[in-house]
Amino acid sequence: MHILKLIIKNMLRHKLRTFLTVLGISIAISAFGLIRTVVTAWNAGVEATAADRLITRHSVSFIFPLPLSYRDKIAKVEGIESITYANWFSGVYIDKKQFFARLAVDAETFFDVYSELLITPEQLAAFKKERNSCIIGDQLVERYNLKIGDVMPIEGDIYPGRWEFVVRGIYKPRDKATDPSNMLVHWNYIDERMKKEMPGREGYVGWYISKIKNPNDAAVISEKIDQFFQNSSAETKTETERAFSQGFMASVSAIFTSMNIMSFVIIGIILLVLGNTMIMSARERIREYSVLRTLGFSNFHLVSLIGGESLLIAALGGATGIAFAFPMVSGFEAALPKGWFPIFYIEPITLILASSAAVLVGVLAAMFPIQRTLTTKIVDGLRQIG
Amino acid sequence: MSIVSVQNISKSYWRDSLEIPVLSNISFEVPEGEFVGLMGPSGSGKTTLLNLIAGIDRPTKGSIIVANTDVTKLGESQLAKWRSSNVGFVFQFYNLLPVLTAFENVELPLLLTKLSKKERKEHVEFVLKVVGLADRIHHYPKQLSGGQEQRVAIARAIVTDPTILIADEPTGDLDKTSALEILNLLQTLNSEFKKTIIMVTHDPRAAERAHIIKQLDKGELT
Repeated sequence: MHILKLIIKNMLRHKLRTFLTVLGISIAISAFGLIRTVVTAWNAGVEATAADRLITRHSVSFIFPLPLSYRDKIAKVEGIESITYANWFSGVYIDKKQFFARLAVDAETFFDVYSELLITPEQLAAFKKERNSCIIGDQLVERYNLKIGDVMPIEGDIYPGRWEFVVRGIYKPRDKATDPSNMLVHWNYIDERMKKEMPGREGYVGWYISKIKNPNDAAVISEKIDQFFQNSSAETKTETERAFSQGFMASVSAIFTSMNIMSFVIIGIILLVLGNTMIMSARERIREYSVLRTLGFSNFHLVSLIGGESLLIAALGGATGIAFAFPMVSGFEAALPKGWFPIFYIEPITLILASSAAVLVGVLAAMFPIQRTLTTKIVDGLRQIG
Repeated sequence: MSIVSVQNISKSYWRDSLEIPVLSNISFEVPEGEFVGLMGPSGSGKTTLLNLIAGIDRPTKGSIIVANTDVTKLGESQLAKWRSSNVGFVFQFYNLLPVLTAFENVELPLLLTKLSKKERKEHVEFVLKVVGLADRIHHYPKQLSGGQEQRVAIARAIVTDPTILIADEPTGDLDKTSALEILNLLQTLNSEFKKTIIMVTHDPRAAERAHIIKQLDKGELT
C-alpha cells in the first residue's frame, strides 16, 4: 500500500459527497470553458488584427463614407507600403438568420494587404476578371455546399436591389484567428450600379486599409493622414486595426467584461465547493490524522494526504469539465444562428486556464484543512470525536 | 538497565491565564523488558504521563530519556521519526483507519521504513499471526469485533519492533472475555518477545499482569 492508495480510499469514503463535488467542479469548469470561448470568439476579430495595418475612417462615425479620391493622397504618405479599401455590402443571403461578413473590396489590391487570406493565383485572377464574381471563405463552402461557378443571390439592403455573384474563388484562412466566412465582392461593380441607379452614392468607400512598413511608425503615419483631411468635408480618423476593431466592439464590451468576470467568479465558487468538502473531511478525520502522527507520520505526509486528496478531486472535476466543455461548446454553436461566431473553438489557452484553475482550486482548498490539522496538537486530536 | 528514565517531569496546562498543574516533579525508571502499570483515579495524570513518554506531548519541565534519547529535546520532525521506530501505541478505542483492512492498518507504520513490499507483507503477516488474526487480514475494522480490532491495533503497534509499547487503557472498551484475551496477548509480548510495556489502566485485573505498578494521584507518584 502506498500513500496514494490511502488518498484514493479517503476520497471514496463519502462517495456521494465526492461525486457531487467532482460534478460541481466539472460543471463549473465546463461553464468556464464555454464563457471563455464566447469571449475569445468575440475578441477573435481584435486578435486577428495585424500590427502593420492602419484603418482610416470618417472622423464622425464608421457609417459615414469617405471619397475614393482620398486613396491617392493617403498612398503618398511616407511609410505606407500599400493601400486598399472596403465597404460594408451586407444584404440578405437565403434569410436574415445567415450571418457572415459581406464586403465590397478593391479586387486589385485587397489581397495584397490581407495576406492571411490564402487563395490560388488562378482563382484570384478569375475573380479580378469578372466584375460580378465573388470570393468566399472555405467555411461558407462547407456551410452552404457551394462550389466554384455557383451563383450566390443577395437581396441588397444598404445597396438595394437583387444581386447575383458568381463564386470564382475560395480562400483559406492562414490561421485559426482568421475569419473563414467572408464574402468579398467587387467594389467597382457595386459603384457602377450605384452610378446608374442611385446617382450621388457613387465614388465613396467605407474605410481605407493601409499596410505600413514599420508598425512602430503607426502613430506618426496616422497623424499625417488625418492632417491631410483636416477642415475638409470628410475629416478622417486613422488608427491601428486593433484599435479600430476594439472601437467597433466597444458598444457590447460591457457584456463581455461581465462574462469575463463571471468566468472567474465561477472559479471562486468551485473553490468554495471543494474547500467546504475538504474542511468537512479534515474535521471528520482530525483524530485519524493524530493517530497517523502518533505512528510517526510527519507533517509532510499529512500535507500529501490532504493536499493529494484535494488535488485529485479537483483534477477529476477539471478533467471531466474539460471533456464536457467540447460537446457543450459544439452544442452552443449549433444553437446559435449560422455564422454568428465565424471563429468558435476552445483555444489552447482556455484549456490551460481551465486546468490551471482546477489545480489552483485544489491547492487553495487544501490550505485551510492542512493548516488546521498541523496546528492541532496530537493529544487534542486524539480526544476529538469524528 | 533502564530503557525509560523520567526525570523531574512537570506538566501544566493553561486555561486563559490560569495554570492547571497536571504532573508535579515525577521521576521513575523503567527497566528494559519490564511490564509497568500506571494506575490512579481519573484526572490523576496517567494518560498525560504516557503521552509524554511516547513523545506526543511535551513536559513543562524535566526530561524523559528513552533508549538514551532525550525526547524532550527533539524537534517535531525528529520526534515523528523517533516515534516511528521507538514507540508502539495502543489506544483505548483502537483508532484503526476504517477505510483500510487489517493488513493495511498494520502495514501503515512500515510505510515509513525502507522495507520492500515483500518484506512489509512478511512482517504484517507475521504479527497478525502473533495476535491470532491470520484469517482476518483482509477484513475491515467494521467487520471485526472490539477485541479483534484491539488485536489489530496491537499488531500495528509492534510491527516495527519498537523500543517500548505504550498502552492507554487497552481493555477499557472491551468486554470481560476480550479484555482477558488482550491482557494475555500483552503478557505474551512481554514474556516471550521481551517487549517493554507501559500500560495505563483502571482495571485491577489488568494491573495484575504488570510487574511494576506506579500509582498516580493528583499529578504525583505515591
